[in-house]
Amino acid sequence: MTVRQAHQERVRTGDHFINGDVACAEGALAAGCGLFAGYPITPSTEIAEHLARRLPEVGGTFVQMEDELGSMAAVLGASWAGARAMTATSGPGFSLMQENIGWGVLTETPCVVVDVQRPGPSTGLPTQTSQSDVMQAKWGSHGDYEPVAYAPASPQEMFDLTVLAFNTADRLRIPVFIMADEAVGHITERVRIPAAEALPSSSRPRPTDAPGNGFLPFKAGPGLVPPMAHAGEGYHIHITGLTHTERGYPTNSAEVHDRLVRRLSDKVLRRADELTLVERVWLDDAQVAVVAYGGTARSARQAVRIARERGVRAGLLRLITLWPFPGAAIAQLGLQTRLVVAESNLGQVAREAERYTAGQVYRVTHAGGHLLPPEPILEAILERA
Amino acid sequence: MATLASRRPIDSPRVVRPRGQVYTIPVRCKGCKFCIEFCPEDVLQESPQMNSKGYHFPMVAPGKEASCVQCGFCTLVCPEMAIFTLEVTGA
Amino acid sequence: MSEIVTTTHPTDPLLRAERLPHIWCPGCGIGSVTACYMSALAESGLPLDQCVVVSGIGCTGRVAGYVNLDSFHTTHGRAIAFATGVKLANPRLQVTVFSGDGDLFAIGGNHFLHAVRRNTDLLVVCVNNFNYAMTGGQAGPTTPRHSFTTTTPRGATDQPFNLQHLAAALGVVYSARWTALHLRQLKTSFSQALQLHGFRFVEVLSPCPVGFGKANDLGEGIEEMEFYRAQGVVDRRISPAEALIEMSKSTPLPLGVFVDPERQGNGQAGPAKGADGVVGR
Repeated sequence: MTVRQAHQERVRTGDHFINGDVACAEGALAAGCGLFAGYPITPSTEIAEHLARRLPEVGGTFVQMEDELGSMAAVLGASWAGARAMTATSGPGFSLMQENIGWGVLTETPCVVVDVQRPGPSTGLPTQTSQSDVMQAKWGSHGDYEPVAYAPASPQEMFDLTVLAFNTADRLRIPVFIMADEAVGHITERVRIPAAEALPSSSRPRPTDAPGNGFLPFKAGPGLVPPMAHAGEGYHIHITGLTHTERGYPTNSAEVHDRLVRRLSDKVLRRADELTLVERVWLDDAQVAVVAYGGTARSARQAVRIARERGVRAGLLRLITLWPFPGAAIAQLGLQTRLVVAESNLGQVAREAERYTAGQVYRVTHAGGHLLPPEPILEAILERA
Repeated sequence: MATLASRRPIDSPRVVRPRGQVYTIPVRCKGCKFCIEFCPEDVLQESPQMNSKGYHFPMVAPGKEASCVQCGFCTLVCPEMAIFTLEVTGA
Repeated sequence: MSEIVTTTHPTDPLLRAERLPHIWCPGCGIGSVTACYMSALAESGLPLDQCVVVSGIGCTGRVAGYVNLDSFHTTHGRAIAFATGVKLANPRLQVTVFSGDGDLFAIGGNHFLHAVRRNTDLLVVCVNNFNYAMTGGQAGPTTPRHSFTTTTPRGATDQPFNLQHLAAALGVVYSARWTALHLRQLKTSFSQALQLHGFRFVEVLSPCPVGFGKANDLGEGIEEMEFYRAQGVVDRRISPAEALIEMSKSTPLPLGVFVDPERQGNGQAGPAKGADGVVGR
């Protein structure tokens, strides 16, 4: 094998002044991403551009495909050849990727998909910010499935959550989404990259028995995540998007289908507590709590700070994980405070939050195009206090 | 002048006409008749018997027991991997 | 001796024999094309553990489920893009895409174009049965003009692709067309293609009695195979552009190797790219 020599280090330990897209790309490199397949689309192109330069330096492969369909398919193929693989896009591309994302769900293919969101529907405002793909991350492909999606609120989190996404993807053998908003992708801030050994890392469950002993590619133990053999290892695996038995062969059995789809959902839902990350700011004594995520959470933090200065006991629950939805945290918060949900869409998290609260939540929404400023959030807090 | 009929290829004494033994897997046959149609020696015919799906699988036609020349085409052309031949050596 | 009834076939080790009899209809050629490919692969000397087959959706898409290799049955039209990912992530793997005319040249056409443009190191095998057979016989990108299918009840109106012309024009390294009857020549083509690098293309015409044959007076599989025997012609002077397929009993059916690095193809084919021009090597 022509081992492509790495002549640059993957983990650029130290402080950097970079934007969110570049930080995401560095996160992928630090996480050991071996292949990036993508297609240019504002506002995520910088991720592809940065990896086009950096991946070959670290012995990885960059390929610009002919469209987002090909990009997602290539990522799936690379994962089955043993690589950590990623693509990055925005709303329109994310829409084109959904069918192949579904293939990745059903075949349990670890990979990372970054969606740097811009206002939609359709072409919308390509260079501006939004958070309007939240539900697409959950319901974009057809069929029942439970994705894992993180919402970075800063270039630092673009780095950290991309590393986390690769670990979660490998640990659970699923596609994992980074749902960034354009604002976070394009602002430039300090990003601290830790030493390589300090980076958390987990790997895919792998077969323990050698090939030829009746290895079942889809037989899962109590953790519900089957060991993953790669192409070229002699297991002669058959991987199909058709509903399949533990042997990996197609089946028409409705029972097998029900069991498979439930397992694929349960392997995520059973780990909801560990997967759902939130940041709690001044919530202990709060009478009004703002629920926000991504770029909007920065404005919410400011609004809460101003409210506190004016003597109003406000707090912030920042969702870092969007899916599985942090319903428990919201339900508990809803018992003790009045909730305000602030987001750059017309209430996609608000409506989900209401599944966990007694009544309606107060919404501060905007369809996107500019970063939701603190003022309307502050007004909502003062009104609800 | 030697007549056409008496002409003989120079190496004919050394050439041994190969012989093949036909093997069939009736349960796999779907009755497409490719093997029967394209056997150069017309060794095969449809069996009067049928498999469980109702397909008449191939059989060696009466009188053709020694006609197979091990050309291997039935093996190649069968879409179901339901027939093959192996060379008969010696006897 | 009359036939000996048995239960296993010499090709079985190369296939997932426990899944036979397979899904394809009586008279369909995909089974023999699959077995032909696998025996060529077995004789190629390539390590089978490093060989991967990727298929799309459709009848031919089921090939991945029957070959005893690492095999992937991907989404409709995306087999080539998936295979590109496999090859780039592990260039040691020998990756073959096995799919149908609809999968590769209608929904998947864009990936075919660009994989050839990149000269991706793939062997792409297209079983061309002139229709979308899995879904019951609709017209596809290679359906001959005036043919009857469930979506062209008054006869197909569009001009079909000539896949050899398309492949040659795009600059494939190797391109050949055989039929499900011309299995000896097909096996030779597979063997040649497996030894080459870059984007290689093999088209195999196959009877599809249920989806196409019967509706277009090609009859059962056996009749269409007879048609191939009667009409099939191999003539080096026929360029890819002239290698049109008219499934009529009065016109020849051009077969053969249309682009060959040894012979620089016939006419239009561009020169084969050098090793450095190969993506994924």
